[in-house]
Order: sequence, then C-alpha cells, then structure tokens
Amino acid sequence: MNTPILEMKNITKEFPGVKALNNVSFQVAEGEIHCLVGENGAGKSTLMKVLSGVYPHGEYSGDVVFGGEAQKFAGIRDSEQAGIVIIYQELALVPEMTIYENIFLGNEIKKGFRVDWNETIRRAGEALKKVRLNTNPETKVRELGVGKQQLVEIAKALSKDVKLLILDEPTAALNEDDSENLLNLLREFKKHGVTCVLISHKLKEVIEIADSVTVLRDGKTICTLDAKKGEVAENVLIKHMVGREIDRIYPGREHRQSDEVTLEVRNWSAYSPELGRTILRDVNFNVKKGEIVGFAGLMGSGRTELALSIFGNPDGYRIQGEMFINGERKQFHHPQDAIASGLAYVTEDRKGDGLILIQDVKQNITLANLKEIARRSVVNNNAEVKVANEYKTSLNIKTPSVEQRVLNLSGGNQQKVSVAKWLFVKPDVLILDEPTRGIDVGAKFEIYTIMTRLVEQGMSIIMISSELLEVLGMSDRVYIVSSGRIAGELPIGEATQERIMQIATN
Amino acid sequence: MSFIRDLQKVLRQNIRDYGMFIALFIIMTIFTITTEGIFISPRNISNLLNQAGYVAVLAVGMTLVIVIRHIDLSVGFLAGFLGAIAAIAMVYWHLPVFVVIPLVLALGALGGCITAFPVAQLGIPSFVASLAGWLIYRGAILLVTLKTGTIIIPDDTFNAIGNGYIPDIPGVEEFLPDLHKLTLILGLVAILFYIIGEINGRRNKQAYNFEVLTKDIFILKLVFVSALVGLITWVLAGYNGLSWTVVIVLLVVGVYHFITTQTVLGRHIYAVGGNPEAAQLSGINVKRLIYVVFGSMGMLSALSGILFASRLQSATTTAGTLFELDAIAAAYVGGVSAAGGVGRVTGSLIGALVMLSLTSGMNLMGIDISLQYVVRGAVLAAAVIFDVSTRTAGK
Repeated sequence: MNTPILEMKNITKEFPGVKALNNVSFQVAEGEIHCLVGENGAGKSTLMKVLSGVYPHGEYSGDVVFGGEAQKFAGIRDSEQAGIVIIYQELALVPEMTIYENIFLGNEIKKGFRVDWNETIRRAGEALKKVRLNTNPETKVRELGVGKQQLVEIAKALSKDVKLLILDEPTAALNEDDSENLLNLLREFKKHGVTCVLISHKLKEVIEIADSVTVLRDGKTICTLDAKKGEVAENVLIKHMVGREIDRIYPGREHRQSDEVTLEVRNWSAYSPELGRTILRDVNFNVKKGEIVGFAGLMGSGRTELALSIFGNPDGYRIQGEMFINGERKQFHHPQDAIASGLAYVTEDRKGDGLILIQDVKQNITLANLKEIARRSVVNNNAEVKVANEYKTSLNIKTPSVEQRVLNLSGGNQQKVSVAKWLFVKPDVLILDEPTRGIDVGAKFEIYTIMTRLVEQGMSIIMISSELLEVLGMSDRVYIVSSGRIAGELPIGEATQERIMQIATN
Repeated sequence: MSFIRDLQKVLRQNIRDYGMFIALFIIMTIFTITTEGIFISPRNISNLLNQAGYVAVLAVGMTLVIVIRHIDLSVGFLAGFLGAIAAIAMVYWHLPVFVVIPLVLALGALGGCITAFPVAQLGIPSFVASLAGWLIYRGAILLVTLKTGTIIIPDDTFNAIGNGYIPDIPGVEEFLPDLHKLTLILGLVAILFYIIGEINGRRNKQAYNFEVLTKDIFILKLVFVSALVGLITWVLAGYNGLSWTVVIVLLVVGVYHFITTQTVLGRHIYAVGGNPEAAQLSGINVKRLIYVVFGSMGMLSALSGILFASRLQSATTTAGTLFELDAIAAAYVGGVSAAGGVGRVTGSLIGALVMLSLTSGMNLMGIDISLQYVVRGAVLAAAVIFDVSTRTAGK
C-alpha cells in the first residue's frame, strides 16, 4: 500500500441516544479509488461529515490526519482549503445560475473589486473539458440532465485544486450510460493522481472500480479489503455488510395465507415532472387480506414515491397503470379519494409531513377523519377527547394528556400518534413508511405488536423499511424495489438478508 | 399566599393569551390618566369603537389568511372600491339598500377568489398576487369616481350602519333617563351567558379529569371579565348605547370565532397553517381552502368598505388607503404567528382595539401625527417581539 493520504483514527460521534460512529478507523492510500460500503444507517455519511468539517472538531472524538498533518477542521471551508471536496447525492447547484457561475460560486475570480467574468468563463470551459462535458458554460444548470449536473459538480470540485474527491452515491440517480461515463472519468482522475473515495450501494460498480473497499456496519469498521489481493467479491461484501443475527425483538407471529387480494397494482409507471425523470417503471404487486408485505430496497429506490403515487398522488406525478382495491378499479386525484377508498399512509418523515407539531395529540389523531366526530360540520370536542383517549390507551401513547402538544413527545410516542391518526380512518390497507425510524427498541417492539394485532383483525399492511431485519422479522412476503422497479419478490421462507441485498444492489 | 402563587403560575403559563388584554388595559389606563378622564368618557369610547369597526372586520379575515401562511395586500383598496360601488349603486342605479349590501358582499367574495386563483392554481406567492390586486383596485376606485369625485350617499338606512345606534325599549323613558336600557340588558345577558358557559366548560373538563383553574383563580377570572364587559356596557349605555357598527363587529367576531374553534373547516384551516404537507396527506383539499379563506377575506373587505362609506356618508377617491396595513398590524399585535397555524380572531379584535386606542389617545393628548406613527410602529414591534419570545419560552 502506498503512503496514506488520509487517516481517520478511532473516530466516535454520538447523537442524543445513538452512537453513530463507534471507534471507526478509515485509511485511504494516495492515488487509489477507495469505496466505502455499508447498509443505510451504517455511518458512512456521518463519517464523511466528520471528515469535511460539517461536524466540526470537538463534536467528535478521534484524530483526522490528512496529507501527513493532524487536522482540526472547523467547517467545510477548512477542509476544502486542505483539498478535500465532497459531492453529495443531492446536488448543491443553483439551478437558475449558469454553469460557469456555479463552478466558481463562493470562489469567484476577482479583478480588483469586480468579478472577472471573461476569465471565469474561460476557466470554466477548461474545467468542463477535464470532465469531458461538451456544453457551453453559459448554459443554465436547470437545463441540464442529472448526469451532466453531476459532471458540473465534479468540475466545480476540480476547479478548487482538489487532492481528495469524495462522491456520495454519485450514480444513484444516473442511468447506465451516465454511470459508466462517470466511472471512466474517475479512472482517468486516478491516472492524474487524484485520490477518490466513492460511497456506493451498487456493489457491481464497486467491484469494477475499487482498489480497496472499507465496510462499515452499525457505526463500526468491519474490515478493509484489497482488490489486488482478490479480496473484493460480491458475496464477501454482502456478508460483511449484513452479518448480524436477528435479535429477538419481533413478536412471534404465524404467517397465514389468505387468497383475498385487498390491493393490486398493475403495470404502474410514474413520471415526475419536478425531477424530470421516470421514477417508477412497470410496477406490479398485490397485498392480501391480513398480510404484512415488506418493501425492501435501498434509500432512493422509489419506495416512498410508489406509496405516494398510490395514495392520491399529492406530488402530481404522471401515472400510467391500474390499481384495484377489493377488486374494484380505482383512480385517485387527491389523498382524500385514497382515504375514502380505505387507504392510509403513515409517512416516512413524521415531523416533516406527518404530524402538525404545534397542535395537540387529540387534534392530530382526529385530523384525517374529523367528520366522524362532527355533526353538521361542528366538531364535538368531548367526542374528540374520548376518541383520543381510547387510542392513547390502546396504543399506549405516553403523554400526560391528549391535550399535550405533539412536539413535546418522544419520537416513539409521536410515531404512535401518527399510527393512531391513520387507524382512526379505519383503513383496509395501512401503508407504513419506515415505521420505526429514529425510535428506541422498546417503542419499536410496541409498534410491531400493534402491527401484529392489526393484521390479525384483517387489516393489510404495506411496510416500507430500509432495515432488513425488520423486513425479515415482520413480513409475510417481501418485494425488493430497485431503481423504481420491483426487482424481486420473495416469500418469507426464502428471504434472507443476503438474498435481499443481492437483488437490491443489482 | 397560595392564591398569589397560583395567580402567578396561571399568568405565566397563559401570558400569550392574556398578554393583549393586559396591554390594552394598561394603554387605556395610561390614556385615561394623561387625558384626565376624557379618554374613558362615553362619547370617546363610543367613537373609538365605531372607528375600530372597519379595521376590526379586516383584521378578522386577515387572521385566517395569515394562519394559512399567506397575506392579502389588496384588501384596503378592495374595500374602498366596493364602498364606491355601493354608493354608485344607490345614487346612480337607484338600487335599494337591501339589494346593494348583499350584492357588494358577493362582489367582495368574488374579488377574494380572484386573488386566490393564481395563488391556489399556480402557486404564485400571495404577496405578489395581492400586490397586483392592490394596484388594480387602486386604479378601479379612481376610475369609478373619475367623473363625480366624492359621491355623497343620501340613504339614511345605509348611513345608520356607521353612525346609528340600536333603538331603546319603547315606553320606559322615565326609568333611568340618562342610560340606554336595551344596551344594559344586552350587556347583562352577555355576562350571564359568559358565566354559565365558563362554569359548564369547567364542569365538563372536571368530568374528564382535566386540569382546571383553581376555584379562587376561576372566580377571579369570571369577576374580571364580567367587570370589563360590565364597564364597557355601562360606558356605552351612558352615551347612545350600542352602535350598529359594534353590533356588526361583534356578530362577525362571534361567527368567525365559532367557525375557527368549533367546526371542521376551522380545524382544516389551522392544520394547513401548521403543516401544509401533512394536511394535504391527511386528505384536506388545500387549494379549496385557499379559495375559502381568500373569499371570506374579500367578503369582509366589502363589509369594511360598507362600514367606512357609511361612516363618512360618502364614497371618496382615497377610501381604503392603508387599511390593509392596519389590519395586518392588528392581527400581529393580536398574536397571530407569521410562521402559520397560530392565531385567534378574538386576539385580532383586541389588536385592532389596541392600535385604535393608541391613535385616539394620542389625538386627545395633541401628539403630532409624525410621532404617532413612530409610537404605533414601536408598539407593533414590541408586540411581535413579545410574541416570539414567549413562544420560544413556551417550548
């Protein structure tokens, strides 16, 4: 191994209640392409945020040595000055600005007090040549496709005299040609002596391009593999990434088989005008009565978009395909319609688009079905309190009273309020999107118990989850989603972490 | 001692709810002292309430607009324009007043929906959409009054809305000759209803084992509010009694208070303000709600225009100037949050009274208009700072 350009030693970073990184060590040799892999939540992004100074020195423990010197970055500016540039999955370009303005944003070329636009355009042109992007630098970024935008980001990084280039899932949103193009570009950079760290979920491309691979799991370094010694292989990577036993945190349940199909979706495709690309392609699936169907897949694979497109399509996708509920063909124009037909959707981001944090527990619980407690449009406050208290008891929501504001509750109890809200619409199909994200083990178990009780009563549940163990522990059947398609379907008996990961990363 | 401690606790916990009442009380007390009692004289209070009317109804509508995270700048000149339309309809088209008023109210609702259209359908910021309305209605007033200038309104019924008082009970002129008996009776009825309502509410809460005010504090609250209502009633009864303007404002506030606190529509409005995405996903039709809220704002603008034209007994070319800013200021002083989802129509009524009391009191003191603007600006800033700081403390 060459001399290391970067050494991160014994990095530990804690968030309230969680150790995101636990004594992680990470070493990158000069001039190599080093891949960083791991499941969602393994700590990859946190580690990169420590490196780039998003979490400044002092908020973590451990040492960062870059270019032979111990570094104490206080912010992104410091790390960029040292020559470390990160390109995030969500691109950080200003769409309304031109390519050249974006490339030198925050790093303007000055002539006296003025910006030297001519020099800027000339140098932007040079930077674009380096990334093989044959586009006029005066084009607005808005008019470029995602692949080209990514290249502009890289050009921006190159204009800063970069020594270590970090790419966070750069190919997640790219098609195959653009991905291949990008990987070739990285190989070229390697020849010119730029070191790259690539975070990726796509194991194929990792195997194709990596000189070495570091695997993280649960905030710990599991191993570093060397490609030259032939250590990098798909089965090895998957084993290291998942390598856990199922804990006994799932309520035991019998997997029952019903033939009654509650929800069926056929040839379902969706195009997002906002993103300018097709997000779902030819999706087919069904959910039976009293069944928990797990939707596994990596972040950004299109599971949430699938749920939203079914649930009345609030984001205005252009949809093709058919949907049947209890055998009846349905078309929804608004979540209102979906609710009326017996669907309920507990969102992934309970604070962002699930709950109204400034309102109290009872108001949140009744919001989606106010007509149930209203007579001639006048809300019966006493009935509301009664309903809320019933759910408080049955779901064991820990709050001094149902008049407590939701923002004062813990994550687990907020999630229970979300679930209560959607149970109150008395749905046939309950869609749970990441039902246990960010809540503690005890609350997780309670959510699982509630789910078990609901399916026993005949409800159907769609559970979208990035936690493989949860998918395996709770589902009767698993669909694996990848790049907006159903990449596979497994009965629970055949589903293992390895199989799912293999299908999801293909 | 525990009584004092309870009182402190209640005041601290509910400082946001009671803060405006206390501020209004302090402002009124200061002006009463500085004007040697002229401020609190029946004549002045009666005038003050009549002047507050057209701002108060706008502030009520504006409360809902701000709660759903929007703004409507067009309301001032829309009010002025519709006031002029009302005058033209009566003077030149010879329509009876009972046709004119519903017609103008309907036009107002239509105007609000037109402002809402680009906001709801195209996602254009309401600031811009309503600024366009501001310019258009400004032009429209000038246009319709181009030939005539100020239009004098001769209709007595119409003019009574802004200047008249409710009649007294006939046949009892000898009994308490200096007081307006019907006003006194209405005041007493209001106090009675208030006390019964509060006691019932407390019983209901106790039945559910909710926390209620301690008995001492509860009685103090009843006495305080009853005394306040009683005092205002007494003062008004000593002049000409309740004016039609006050009756209309109380009706509007009552209806909107009911809608916002007791109905499904009200819940939906606050939900959209609190978290529009969550509301949308809960099956609330956000677009429709924008039309409803702006439509109601337009209708109240029309009402404001009617009140103003009636008070001046004429439609002028400058009617409605700066009404929108007075209404927005009143709503913010009354505790509406710019972040959305928080605000009460009763608070905005108090906010309007605070702002009008300042003007009235400073006028009586002979303070120059330039300084008056500075003071009102400072009070607005102080109210919002108070609001924001108590809110963060409340978390």
